[in-house]
Amino acid sequence: MRRVLLRVLFVLALPVLLVAGWWAASDGSTNVFWPPLRTILKTFPDVWTADRLKDDVLPSLLRLTAGYACAAVVGVALGTVIGSYRRVRAFCEPVLEFLRAVPPPVLVPVIMLFAGIGDTMKIAVIASGCVWPVLLNTVEGVRAVDPVMAETAKSYGISGVARLKDVVLRSASPQIFAGLRQALSIGIILMVISEMFAASNGIGFTVVQFQRSFAIPDMWTGILVLGLLGFVLSVVFQVVERRMLGWYHGLRASARRSP
Amino acid sequence: MKGQTAVNAALGAAGLVVFLALGEAVPRLGLVKEAYFPPASRIADALADEFADDTFWTALGDTLTGWALGLLIASGAGIVAGIVISVVPYLREATASTIEFLRPIPSVALIPLAVLLYGTELESVLILVVYASFWQVLVQVLYGVQDVDPVAEETARSYGLGTWARVRHVLWPTALPYVMTGVRLAAAVALILAVTAELVIGAPGLGQRIAVAQNSQAVPEMYALVVVTGLLGLLINVGARAVERRALAWHQSVRGEVAV
Amino acid sequence: MHALVVSGLRKVYEGSGRRVEAVRDLTFTVEAGELVCLVGPSGCGKTTLLKCMGGLLAPTAGEVRLAGEKVSGPPPGMAFVFQEYGRSLFPWMRVGDNVELPLKQKGLSKARRRELVSDALDSVGLSDAAGAYPWQLSGGMQQRVAIARALAYEPQVLLMDEPFAAVDAQTRADLEDLVRGLWRERGITILFVTHDIDEAVYLGQRVIVLSASPTVVREQLKVDLPDERDQLHTRVAPRFAELRTHVYEQIQSAKRGRTEAPPPGKSLT
Repeated sequence: MRRVLLRVLFVLALPVLLVAGWWAASDGSTNVFWPPLRTILKTFPDVWTADRLKDDVLPSLLRLTAGYACAAVVGVALGTVIGSYRRVRAFCEPVLEFLRAVPPPVLVPVIMLFAGIGDTMKIAVIASGCVWPVLLNTVEGVRAVDPVMAETAKSYGISGVARLKDVVLRSASPQIFAGLRQALSIGIILMVISEMFAASNGIGFTVVQFQRSFAIPDMWTGILVLGLLGFVLSVVFQVVERRMLGWYHGLRASARRSP
Repeated sequence: MKGQTAVNAALGAAGLVVFLALGEAVPRLGLVKEAYFPPASRIADALADEFADDTFWTALGDTLTGWALGLLIASGAGIVAGIVISVVPYLREATASTIEFLRPIPSVALIPLAVLLYGTELESVLILVVYASFWQVLVQVLYGVQDVDPVAEETARSYGLGTWARVRHVLWPTALPYVMTGVRLAAAVALILAVTAELVIGAPGLGQRIAVAQNSQAVPEMYALVVVTGLLGLLINVGARAVERRALAWHQSVRGEVAV
Repeated sequence: MHALVVSGLRKVYEGSGRRVEAVRDLTFTVEAGELVCLVGPSGCGKTTLLKCMGGLLAPTAGEVRLAGEKVSGPPPGMAFVFQEYGRSLFPWMRVGDNVELPLKQKGLSKARRRELVSDALDSVGLSDAAGAYPWQLSGGMQQRVAIARALAYEPQVLLMDEPFAAVDAQTRADLEDLVRGLWRERGITILFVTHDIDEAVYLGQRVIVLSASPTVVREQLKVDLPDERDQLHTRVAPRFAELRTHVYEQIQSAKRGRTEAPPPGKSLT
């Protein structure tokens, strides 16, 4: 019991202190840019009504999901092909190194040329940014399949689709998930940027609107929402990852215990 | 093995050539509208024009300033914070939840705030760059500290080494590879955020130049600038990896997470 | 018909300007149901030989025939047990699934697979471990799982590549007895590669001594110890010591580079 309480204490202590500090420091603030925390929190439910959640938050999330999913599928598929054949990998490597080095937000104006300012543009932007970490990590994971494992599979006649599904992809999955995690943070950034740049709805769009119209407490609530979104998605990802990679965590834990 | 490397290099070069050839052929064949995607040769011309333009170099300098300064501040802060958290008892457990909450917050959420506070000044860029890069460094430092051999630590303590001495002789050497990884990741992130800040906020730099090119429909110039940012990113990635490798050449074992 | 015929096996490794003749000429046969041990000095291409036999490596010359059929890829009649059990078992699958996986290739029914799996796990003494993950088990148990996996595959020939080299001595003794017990029970043909001379003599009906690289068969020895063997008594038997000493001498002189190979088939009487 005491241990549980101690853990709860550790988890909550600093955040509570920081929030309380923020509250106290900003309480009597007349600075336009730093409204009292109290005001921000009071404005929160007024700004983020059910309607706004439907009209702004939902479209943002849907675009993010669509772009991310596209990137994941393309990244894993292409990555598997490239990673499986040494020659293909050597062929593609310099080009990929260059393409992945382009800062993804820079592609917003480029993609806008092709896709206008609608949903397609945003999904394309998100996908084009998210694909790189997934692709490159998949290549690495597929390439680095343990040779003993590969020989075992070969000795038992496991080949083709079965080999890909049951051996290669499973073996590469920790690396692939690392790529998916990086892709998630990039996706969120691109979702926000594409909406700040050119949009008619969405979280990013809303926050920029507030900023332009000097609705500062509202703007702050928007920042909080973005922060919350980032946090929640990260937690969801961790939950999914722990379920799918339970074996990997167990393996590493046992390896650490007996090197 | 050397034969293998040569073959790989040749294949890679071939890949590049094919890529450029496609970049030339696809628009010319009309597969994509030339207005949306000019042929590679036109982009190359625009690139040459950019290099001849003084304002381009100023913009490049601005971007690099924001990048370098932000990276420096973030790395310093990240290393110091990481060490302090690791050394002060219980601080690690106490800060874990806060770090886990703050880390995934997209730094672009701070853009409106930065705009209000500093407009298009360098500070806006720095706010974004530092916030994003700091976490990369901090997380890696914490990983590194976790990797410290408890036996080495115990030995140091039994010889009466004080906290500072232990940091210098046990913690730092173990954490160094991780610090290098963190700085490498932070360098890439810093570039992205610097260019993003310029693009969205309009602070001076390559990003802002791209926005201007896009607004004035100067399409080949826009692509040329995108290529420049890509090359810049490439240089930074390759350079950071080289530095990391050189600095760790003497380090016996570089263990740990592979963050690509 | 012999179970396994190796004739004129030769393997040359080429790479970056260097040619290494790992195996020069290996010729021997293995009868059905035999337990043959291969020993040789370190680096003598034992693993290369086994991999060629298992169809994992293509020989430069010569051939391997399993029940008359030439081996060109891993044949379904052969199962391999690797030395590195930790890297051979799939960590994302539980023990039972690991043992079952190769069976799925054989197109067996689910019921039959289930039967084979539980039977195999029983015979290695791990009936309770089917639900565990391999990394939750000790090294010895993991190797047992690998053996179970090979058994469930119902191979005619079992190839074992220094399977107990990475296991502690006591566990190794248990595993040796396990292998011998399974062999006597099931009558599989087993080809057992090891660098441990005692192990080779203890386990085998016949010991093939290999020369140093480029490898040829140096000598073949019939182990005329009684069929009932145990760690305690067999190892102190005078005959065991004689055989062991002889093999040891052969290997020592092989290491010194004397490649005079007596004509194949000679046995020490």
